[in-house]
Amino acid sequence: GTQVKDVVIKPEAPNTLLLDKHADYIAAYGSKKDDYEYTLSEYLRMSGIYWGLTVMDLMGQLSRMNREEIIEFIKSCQHDCGGISASTGHDPHLLYTLSAVQILSLYDSINVIDVDKVVDYVKGLQQEDGSFAGDKWGEIDTRFSFCAVATLALLGKLDVINMDKAVGFVLSCMNFDGGFGCRPGSESHAGQIYCCTGFLSITGQLHQVNADLLGWWLCERQLPSGGLNGRPEKLPDVCYSWWVLASLKIIGRIHWIDKAKLRSFILACQDEETGGFADRPGDMVDPFHTLFGVAGLSLLGDEQIKPVNPVFCMPEDVLQRIGLQPDFQPSNRGKLSSSTNDWHTV
Amino acid sequence: MSSVEEISNPVAENLEEDGVEEENTVEEAEMEYEEPVKGGYIFYRDRKEWADLEPVPQDDGPNPVVKIAYSEKFTDVFDMFRALLKNDEKSERAFALTAEAIELNAANYTVWHYRRVLLQALDKDLREEMKYITAIIEDQPKNYQVWHHRRMVVEWLNDPSEELQFVAEILSQDAKNYHAWQHRQWVMQEYKLWDGELEYVEELLEEDVRNNSAWNQRHFVISHTRGYSDSAILEREVQYTLKQIKKAPHNESAWNYLNGILQDGGLSSYPGLLEQVTELQDTCSSPYLTAFLVDLYEDALETNSSSYDQQETLNKALENLMNISQFGGLYKNRHHSKPVIKLCKLLAEEKDTIRREYWNYVSRSLQNTYGSGDPVASSSDPPPPSSSQQPDTEPSDP
Repeated sequence: GTQVKDVVIKPEAPNTLLLDKHADYIAAYGSKKDDYEYTLSEYLRMSGIYWGLTVMDLMGQLSRMNREEIIEFIKSCQHDCGGISASTGHDPHLLYTLSAVQILSLYDSINVIDVDKVVDYVKGLQQEDGSFAGDKWGEIDTRFSFCAVATLALLGKLDVINMDKAVGFVLSCMNFDGGFGCRPGSESHAGQIYCCTGFLSITGQLHQVNADLLGWWLCERQLPSGGLNGRPEKLPDVCYSWWVLASLKIIGRIHWIDKAKLRSFILACQDEETGGFADRPGDMVDPFHTLFGVAGLSLLGDEQIKPVNPVFCMPEDVLQRIGLQPDFQPSNRGKLSSSTNDWHTV
Repeated sequence: MSSVEEISNPVAENLEEDGVEEENTVEEAEMEYEEPVKGGYIFYRDRKEWADLEPVPQDDGPNPVVKIAYSEKFTDVFDMFRALLKNDEKSERAFALTAEAIELNAANYTVWHYRRVLLQALDKDLREEMKYITAIIEDQPKNYQVWHHRRMVVEWLNDPSEELQFVAEILSQDAKNYHAWQHRQWVMQEYKLWDGELEYVEELLEEDVRNNSAWNQRHFVISHTRGYSDSAILEREVQYTLKQIKKAPHNESAWNYLNGILQDGGLSSYPGLLEQVTELQDTCSSPYLTAFLVDLYEDALETNSSSYDQQETLNKALENLMNISQFGGLYKNRHHSKPVIKLCKLLAEEKDTIRREYWNYVSRSLQNTYGSGDPVASSSDPPPPSSSQQPDTEPSDP
């Protein structure tokens, strides 16, 4: 056999779930240690808050976070154009607009911002070919297609965009291996696949995916260590426990992954001293990988963690409260209309 | 060091996870702690020419009462940057400051936005800007902002003449850099620069035949030029791929490519393919080869297109694989299964156990669809509708 690019999990790696340590890690994040790192990441602060709040809610610890401060912060980040920035003094962007809407959904406080303006902002970013730019500077990426429909779905306003064109663009990014890239012709990548399958779920178009072909490509991401990589010949990373796994869940093939092996890989990525998860065993932890490690374990069925929605990466109970139930399986049933948003009442 | 710049929601821009070096996480990118300020450096807040501006301290949002212990230079530069933004100042000194801010944190998209506004407002020399962005990318090639900035400058100049060479240099350091490949594809499509690309892809595959990005690029180039419906091209590609497989049998990308280019025509319809793949068995056996044979057999059943001879060849190939398996004897004795179903079991239980659920699914699908009788007899039955769109509802799936 040939050398497979992979990691080796040491026998002394953690093998039990240390939820309390992770909750303590997130609760304290940004308040004392690693200040330089915290400052450096100001340009993505809104997403950082979303990761922290979501993982705390999944662990049943949301009350430890400062709701009032966060809501005030978000209000200060909405710009005149309706878009929301990562932090005060930064420019608005679709990525952080979605994060803000997700946070406000968690807190059931969506009306503290001007919702109509958010909708206008998102709508305004759709291009002629159906794609979405991330902001006024025009970068096109299927990530932004996902951000757009996820934002609008949470606000109950999917009908404002040109749905047919939006779907057409995402489908034009489907590759010969069944996967999706960021633009037409781009290499298939698990992160982009998550965005595209999430998009197609929200828009009721999962039947357009070749679920067997894509499912095969996705389960090929699993390496002997049990971890998942993002594309062929790459090292495993715990965040792919989310993107690959959620994609498989969405297309109805999550059991094509060896769950026990993946679980032991994810657990090995914990840091027993500091709490939190790293990208792979032994590395430094951060909130991003902590969310996706915990969310991945939830998808694998860990009962200590709340069920997570694979499309939105938010607790299921939040989406139930809002009334959002995207279809998870490829379906020709046609009940998920692409021209209105009444899918969420089904 | 790897960097995760605009990571967002569940969507990661983090595409660095490669290389055998320890790639660290999220905000590690620019996490080189500043060495103490060298003699001669004057903080902006102390410079006479900047005295008219009131530095704006960082508003941390939540957790405002925080003693931030990062480097003074970083604070100084970004406080002044915020002051410039607040006043919407469009000046040379502002432009110069953006370069300092970028050096400290090249992932900060607001700084890049502001720099572009200034480039236009001050009518700056874009050729100089190209040199600048070239240097930045060489230093930090895995960052969305820097590549997007370069694209903007190329568009403003409407000059792609340096791009392919530049991207090739970056790829020579990391042949799978996702951003670099995006930029390359954009340049080629926008400016119709297809010549020589196939040769370039072949060079990369010579260096690393498992480079998935290069295989993807191969597909990109051919799809946009002569296309795969040209049978001479398809034949060339099939032969090329089989040749690469002989060099390195355990190659996911090559097998995915072979499968991908033959999807439209159907695996079993391609003349001579079965024989060529079968020939590889002795020297190039791998789970991928086995999987390919299963796919080929499945396609043959579905399209009802294969001849009796082809069926026999396939059955022999499958038998052969089982012979060289340590458990082959066990499978041979399951009298009532088609060889291909035995093969799925072989994969599930020995050759690719981590994906056993997938192989069990394929096995079940074949059994449900075509029964387990003699392949020749069942080939006269009408093929049932494809079940590939249905969810695979396994007991373990909640």
